[in-house]
This record gives sequence, C-alpha cells and structure tokens, in this order.
Amino acid sequence: MRPRVAFFSFGSCEGCQLQVLSVEDVLPELLSVVEVVNFREAMDDRGDDYDIAFVEGSLVKPDDVAELQQIRARAKILVAIGACACLGGVNAMRNRRPVTELAREVYDGRQDGVFAALPDASPLSSVVQVNYEIRGCPIDRIEFLEAVRSLIAGTVPYVPPFAVCVECTLRGTPCLLESGIPCLGSVARAGCNAVCPAYGAPCEACRGFHEVPNFEALGEAFFRHGMTRTLAAEKLQLFNNYREVREAWEQAVPSSSAT
Amino acid sequence: MGASRAVVVRHVTRIEGHGNIVVDLEGDRIKRCDLEIVESPRFFEVLLQGRPYDEAPRISCRICGICSVGHATASVHAVEAALGITPGPKLRAVRRLNMAGEWLQSHILHVCFLVAPDAFGVPSIVPMVGSHPDVVKRALRLKRLANDICCTVSGRHVMPISYHAGWMGHWPERVELRALQERLIAAEEDLDALVELFAGLSWPVVERRVEHLASLEDGGAYPMMGGPLHSTSGAVTAPEAYRDALHEYLVDHSAAKHVRGTDGTIRVGALARYALAHQRLHPRAKDAAARLKLRADSANPFDYVAAQVVESVQAHQEALDLVSALLVDPAPEAPARPGRPHGGRGVGMVEVPRGTLVHDYTIGADGRIKSANCIIPTSLNLVSIEGDMRAFVPSLVGRPSPEIAHALEMLVRAYDPCVSCSVH
Repeated sequence: MRPRVAFFSFGSCEGCQLQVLSVEDVLPELLSVVEVVNFREAMDDRGDDYDIAFVEGSLVKPDDVAELQQIRARAKILVAIGACACLGGVNAMRNRRPVTELAREVYDGRQDGVFAALPDASPLSSVVQVNYEIRGCPIDRIEFLEAVRSLIAGTVPYVPPFAVCVECTLRGTPCLLESGIPCLGSVARAGCNAVCPAYGAPCEACRGFHEVPNFEALGEAFFRHGMTRTLAAEKLQLFNNYREVREAWEQAVPSSSAT
Repeated sequence: MGASRAVVVRHVTRIEGHGNIVVDLEGDRIKRCDLEIVESPRFFEVLLQGRPYDEAPRISCRICGICSVGHATASVHAVEAALGITPGPKLRAVRRLNMAGEWLQSHILHVCFLVAPDAFGVPSIVPMVGSHPDVVKRALRLKRLANDICCTVSGRHVMPISYHAGWMGHWPERVELRALQERLIAAEEDLDALVELFAGLSWPVVERRVEHLASLEDGGAYPMMGGPLHSTSGAVTAPEAYRDALHEYLVDHSAAKHVRGTDGTIRVGALARYALAHQRLHPRAKDAAARLKLRADSANPFDYVAAQVVESVQAHQEALDLVSALLVDPAPEAPARPGRPHGGRGVGMVEVPRGTLVHDYTIGADGRIKSANCIIPTSLNLVSIEGDMRAFVPSLVGRPSPEIAHALEMLVRAYDPCVSCSVH
C-alpha cells in the first residue's frame, strides 16, 4: 500500500510547499508511489489518517503548539521541512525583542485574538519529536524527492555533514570571504550546492551548521578580511537565532564585543 | 425573521496561507460575512530594522514563497530609491525577465492547479492527472519553464539570490538564454491551448462597482516594474505618496491589515491591471482576451481567472522578447553607483502577480534600515473580497450550507489571495 502523506504549515511563507509543487517533471510518478491525503495549499482533501507528515514553518502563535502535538500523535513519521521548521529560521530573528514591543510597532499594541503571538518563534523540535529534517530556505526540490525515496525504502534521508565551502570549491566559485564579503560558508551545512555564492550572495547558513563548525575561526577570518567579529554574530542571527541554536555560536562569536 | 444558520469554512483550501470564511445568516439577512485572516504574524517590518540594506531583498523575499521575486524587486527598488541609484537598462531588463517568469509561474499555479479543479468538479489537480492528462502535462511544462526562467536569472525561483542595489550578483549567460529562447518559442502552443481551455469555461457573475488600482510605468509597457499608482477614478498618486491613496487600518478578525482607498472599495491584481492598461498588452495577449471575452470594464471578481490567463500570454511574450534582446549582447552591465550614499527614504512600488506591492524603507547614514513598511496586494483586496462575498450571498441563500460554502470558497480563490504574505 502507498504510504499516506500529509502536508501542514505553521508560521512561514509556504515556499517549501511550493518547492514540493515544483517537482513538475516527476509529479505524476510521485503521486503513484505516495497517497497525498492532506495538502491545504493545493487540495480540498483533509485526511487525518496519515503515515508521514511534512511540516513547514515555525511555532509562532499560541494555537500552533496543540495543533502540532495533534499532528505528531497522528503521524508515524514527522519530517520538518525548511529553515523555519528545523531552526526557527528568519522567524526567530524577532526573538531578540520582546513580543509586546513588536505588537506595538506593527499592531498598535494589540496581542488579542488573531494578533496573539508566542514570546519566541521556535522550531518544531522545541515541542515535539522530529524524526527527520529537510534543511534549507527554501528546501531543495531534488533533496525533497530523495527524502521521499529514502522514507519509502525505510532508510534515513541523507543530510550532508560537511561545509558549504566544500561545494563552493567543487563548483569553482571564487571565495567571497576573501573579497571581504561576510560569508558563513565555513560553518554552514551543505546540501544546496552552494547556490548563493554562485549567484553573488554570501552564504547565510539557512541550513544551520555542519558537524564540526569552528565559530572562533569564523570570527577570526572575518577580522582578517577587514570585517568585525560582531558582524559574524550579526550574520548568524539571520537564520540561527533561536536560543538553542544560538547557544552553539554565541560564546565563540559574541555579538556585543567591540572588535 | 427566518432561521439562523452559520456557514463556516475553516482554512479555505487551494489558496496560499490560512483564512476562514464565516457567514451568519438569519433567514435571508446577512448578520456577519467575514474572511478571517488567521495566519501567523511574523513581524517582517521589525525584522528588517537595523539590518544592512544589502540584506533587505534577501530577508524580505522570505515574506512569500510564491511572490518572492516580486518582494525582492520591490525591496531592491526601495533601497535604490533611498540611495539615489538609477539602475541601467540591462539591469532593468534582467529584473523584468525574472518578474515575467514569476508572473507566469504564479498565474499558471493559480489557474491550472488551484482554480481548474473547480471547473472539473474535483477537489484538486490529482484526479485530473488521470482524467485530463493533457491539461495537467501542459500546466506542468509551463510551470517548469517559468521556474527555469527565474532559476536562470536569480539562482532559484523561491527566494531569488542575485538582487543587489544597482547590480546583479549573476548575469544570465548566452548559452542559458539560448536554451530559454528555444523553450519559450516551443511553449507558444501550450499557451494557445491554455487560452482555449479557459475560453470554454464559465464562472458565476458578481457585479459590483469598485475602484481598480495599478502602478503604471512610464513609456507604455504593460504594468509590471512600477510607477505612479493609477486609479479607474482618474486619480494618480506618486509611489512615495502612497499613504495619500492607501489607508491601512486594523480589524478584529484579520491579522492582515485592511486598506481603504480614497473613495471606497479598491481592487488590485490582474483584473485591475487589465482595466487600466489592456491597451498596452502585446497583440497576442489582446487576442487571448478577445477569445476569453474579457471586458475591459469587468468588475466580476471571477474574471481574475481570465485576466490571469491573458497575463500569462503577456508574461510569456515579454520573456521571449527580453531573452531575445539580451541575446544580442548578454555581457554584464557595470554597477550603478549611489547618488545619495548617506541614505534616506525610498519607496519601491511594483506590480506582482496579485497586484500592487509597496516596500517603504528609511536607510540611515550607517547603511542600516531604520524603518520599514510593506503593503501587500492581498491586504489591498481584503475589503473588496468581503464586499463581494456580501454581494454574492443573497443569490446563494436558497442552497444548502455546503454549497454556499463551496461557492464562497471559489469566490475567495478567484482573487488568488496570498494570505501569509498579507500578514507578513
């Protein structure tokens, strides 16, 4: 029997689900090996009986917690898709300021009803057990297909353990850091084929960190190339600012140092 | 007094993001008729504060997966306006090509994946893989082509990479442009079949007078890259004075702000652009409009679908023309330099698939964003959507509640709302 698959989203842009819809060339084949029972962005069906739940987005409002727990209780396998779900992502940038302040700036101070927000935006793993993660902002559609293939085969989806720098080297992209551009490739987890540096933007570590990131060395490298260590911390806040993710780097690259 | 009943749709399907339809009826009387926007606030305007301006297009494109190229474009325009940067002709052409790719991608997704199932009486495109394989294959081919246009220009469609104030981080190469050109020429047949398909479909009619708005650029091009905001009322507003024409306010049932115009209900998007600029369309798109019998003065929201089909033809034709022009000389253009490096205020107003999008930034002398405001097309349409729901309900009251719910879902869907975008 085909595994039953469901898609859900919390605080996000729904771009990862859009990436799922971007598997145009193999969509008919994909639909022949899995049964999609719930995918609000694209379908009316609202099945509650599913084997695999793919969940996009961060937990950002009070209702999200119970809703995610319900999905967890129903799914045999829960897969977090994208930076928001895996790391907190850009949503967690707001955690540097109290939510009352944010509400004052955007909603005239209202925090009731539809304006309610949790104190921190957080990844799915802060509330439930996550079985697998597909990283990236957005996820890569080929990587998504690979993950589905692995899950059907009963194996563990592959997550590259090495740095984005490896991929830049392999595709021959000149080093941005050496030209004084604040690139996080040396600590960032690969899997994206280093697409951002190849298209002229520094790596911002949207896939989190690889197995052995050296944040002291990152700060030193920024300093050596004419930037401040504080700038390294500032760049790390973009996708990796949720407190448990931030713990990995904030001692090594203090955001308040004057250097 | 008749019996009370409630029609509720929790999480309207086949739209981007989370919205609920809530209608309370007492006999024939409408007591409540709301589109609740229950999407999560993400506070993007605050996230941008304090960040270096170079990051702005990359942060703000994360507002929306479907229109991320549009957000990057509005964002980079705002930064350029603030810094006094005038983009060169080739930079403008490459960015327009990317927007055309996004329009095509977004419109095809909406009309074929989200709306067409209603016409065929099925809950999604999935059953159509078996029942209408040609329709599905065509839609998939067009969507793939549209995505590949964006991948060529900006590395990927969702979250474009190469946007910087005054320059591109990557220029499409001759071999890439040549490949796109071939595929764009081959796709003409698919677009023709798309027009044919939608010309044969019929939709409900909800006629209601509204003000249509679109940002029209100088020089007579079809509205895409922005310019003064024109209204069917005759009013014209400069982008930086948008607050004179668009008034944001809070309502209890929506995490997205509502917006009213100066006269009343406003609408933006494909139908509004068509109303204001149909004479600027490419002849092939004009021909499509004639085949679809799309009236220039249509106020029926279900005509958004036909207008998007017309604009798909337009976007495809523009992409083909731009690729061909770039192929004459694909060499990169020198970066445009800031005329006002100490910053200031800048407004980027562009036409994204769903309508007029505004990014308004103030950049400090330290190169950091001091404040930001974004107005999203779906926010601009919310008052009109609810007005149309109210106008539509009386013709539905005799029907069972699930049918009313389904009809109202179709109405909301016709607007192609982008809900997470509207909340941001």
